[in-house]
Amino acid sequence: MSKNALRLSVGLAAIIATTPAFAQTEIAWWHAMDAELGQRLEAIATGFNESQDEFVVVPSYKGTYPETLTAAIAAFRANEQPAIVQVFEVGTGTMMAAKGAVNPVYSLMTDNGEAWDPSGFLAPVTGYYSDTDGNILSMPFNSSTPIMYYNKDVFEKAGLDPETPPKTWAELETMSRQIMESGAAPCGFTTGWVSWVQLENLSAIHDQPYGTLENGFGGLGTEFTFNGEVQVKHWENLKKWADEGLFQYGGPVGGADAPPKFYAQECAIYMNSSASRAGVINNAKDFEVGFAPLPYYDDVIAEPKNSIIGGATLWALNGKDPEVYKGVAQFFTYLSSPEVQAGWHQATGYLPITNAAYDLGVEQGYYEANPGSDIAINQITRGTPTANSKGVRFGNLTQARTVVDEEFEALLAGSKTAQEALDSAVERGNQILRDFEAANQ
Amino acid sequence: MQTKRTIFPNKLLPYALLAPQLAVTLIFFIWPAAQAVKSSFEREDPFGFRTTFIWFENYARLFAEAGYVNSLSKTAVFAVSVTLLSMTLSLILAVAVNRVLRSNRAYTTLLVWPYAVAPVVVGILWWFMFNPTIGIAPYVLRSMGIAWNHRVDGNQAMIFVVIAASWKQISYNFLFFVAGLQSVPQSLTEAAAIDGAGPFKRFWTIVFPLLSPTTFFLLIVNINYAMFDTFGLIDATTSGGPNQATNILVYKVYADGFLGLNIGSSAAQSVVLMLIVIVLTAVQFRFIERRVQY
Repeated sequence: MSKNALRLSVGLAAIIATTPAFAQTEIAWWHAMDAELGQRLEAIATGFNESQDEFVVVPSYKGTYPETLTAAIAAFRANEQPAIVQVFEVGTGTMMAAKGAVNPVYSLMTDNGEAWDPSGFLAPVTGYYSDTDGNILSMPFNSSTPIMYYNKDVFEKAGLDPETPPKTWAELETMSRQIMESGAAPCGFTTGWVSWVQLENLSAIHDQPYGTLENGFGGLGTEFTFNGEVQVKHWENLKKWADEGLFQYGGPVGGADAPPKFYAQECAIYMNSSASRAGVINNAKDFEVGFAPLPYYDDVIAEPKNSIIGGATLWALNGKDPEVYKGVAQFFTYLSSPEVQAGWHQATGYLPITNAAYDLGVEQGYYEANPGSDIAINQITRGTPTANSKGVRFGNLTQARTVVDEEFEALLAGSKTAQEALDSAVERGNQILRDFEAANQ
Repeated sequence: MQTKRTIFPNKLLPYALLAPQLAVTLIFFIWPAAQAVKSSFEREDPFGFRTTFIWFENYARLFAEAGYVNSLSKTAVFAVSVTLLSMTLSLILAVAVNRVLRSNRAYTTLLVWPYAVAPVVVGILWWFMFNPTIGIAPYVLRSMGIAWNHRVDGNQAMIFVVIAASWKQISYNFLFFVAGLQSVPQSLTEAAAIDGAGPFKRFWTIVFPLLSPTTFFLLIVNINYAMFDTFGLIDATTSGGPNQATNILVYKVYADGFLGLNIGSSAAQSVVLMLIVIVLTAVQFRFIERRVQY
């Protein structure tokens, strides 16, 4: 902590030194965006700082999403919290339960006289971050949804049409087999985030419940129910495909081994967040990348439902001066302006979180010039969201995801069947939910 | 004992002299340890708004949890393997270097290098070499007919972290063994040689017993290393996976406390870990030290 405090104060000193005339209010913003995303984020802060001279937003990188959340919580306990912290969607349940720690964005905006129209935001995004009364608690910033990336060159080599990616899992299986057997690539497909893509999103797309009480939106007394027939069938398939070599496992949590498999042209298809887009394009030097929605089982559902979001939002933490919150509110207004949002969305692959940002992109001709860049937004807004496809919101979901990863590994190692692995994940996950309930009552 | 006691005429001076050390111990050891014991009896939400005193529930839950029992056994396997492997190899290397008359300093320097590398860096190094996708080792192993994928195979993952953890510790053990070997009087081995004892006989009956204080010291250091210092290495290589196959106690404390934000359970685990180390060290001093000849 002291190292960060030091870094912060050095940054602050630099800012004070370069701005002689004004006593500016400093707003600390902790985030989890590194590399290209981090530079983009800092550019947004700089843009805001230059647009006015009352406030200075100071972004600091705090590591991965879980590390940033942990750092913010530790800082809050020590009364050293930043004004704004970026929390991934998995941490939403934890943040919502911490009522005393959070300055909810809907009241923050009205208290500080900022124009704030929640209906301008994409419905799946606002729905996810609202409490049971429909009030948005955190500022949507970088939302994403998983899509499918595929290697057009390998498709062509295997004798497949590079413009026709697989729509269903059955097609994906046949195409993967053809790719392997023709020798175009040694593996059909891989995936990042098994828990998020191959279970949470799988459930949403097929309109299967992930948990009781509207997937946890309805309260703390929820239980997991993701060991249904469809999920079991899918995991059985994944195990079968892994044994055949059609599918290669990319590791737990985010699946760090998955992207290299795709970049090295070992696997022809790769499923991961739409926010990987910038990275995928940068790394796919020797081949052309295609984009497609996630596959579905057409014998389960004829019209697949919308996928669910990932990514993060910005939470304002309590315990700062009113002056600071005024700045936070102004910064949030700046952040959600169509220009800033469209720029961020187009550079990174995150969803445009407001309708205006999307419209601006259409107007600029961005989606026509960049085929595939609207796959994510079309996928997340298709159909009418049901209670099962609205999203998943559970306390301690990070821990529950770890359990899902572990059980998936047990399945791949052959020590459990798909049914056993999912049953055991549900049982262990429910214990984690009970812990959360007990700690937050 | 009585003769060694010095009586200070000044009543305060001895306390004043002890004060800095006592302060350090209190602030950096006793106080955090007491906090951990306190937290282990509580259930708290991550932000610390609601704290409930729940007696021994954290402990009861811990021992009822399959993952914890698994973690205990993995720690035992890991600590014993790392200690045995690194001590055996470093003893062999030390004996070999000790026999080299010229340029043994050069060998010593080369062998000590790995110790200068931070555990996380060691972890990343091995992560690269053994990465199932891009690593060189799985590639070589595959050509030998071994399918290496420690991302899925728990036993392979355990072998992998044992090798990586031992690799680093060999340097440290080596240094102590070389120093120990050099303090063995040449005259003893020469006398035994004259009496007709072969090199192995000389080693086992003369050199090894004289090395026993070093060996005993290294035994304790290595077990503590395997149980505590390997945290960064585990984090960088396997993160405790696959399916908790390498989830040793110290990593589980971190994962549950810092990633899972379950402070009560994490505190209970660290208290148990503290007790295990106290008992282990006590047992070592009580029973093994008797065999040591200083």
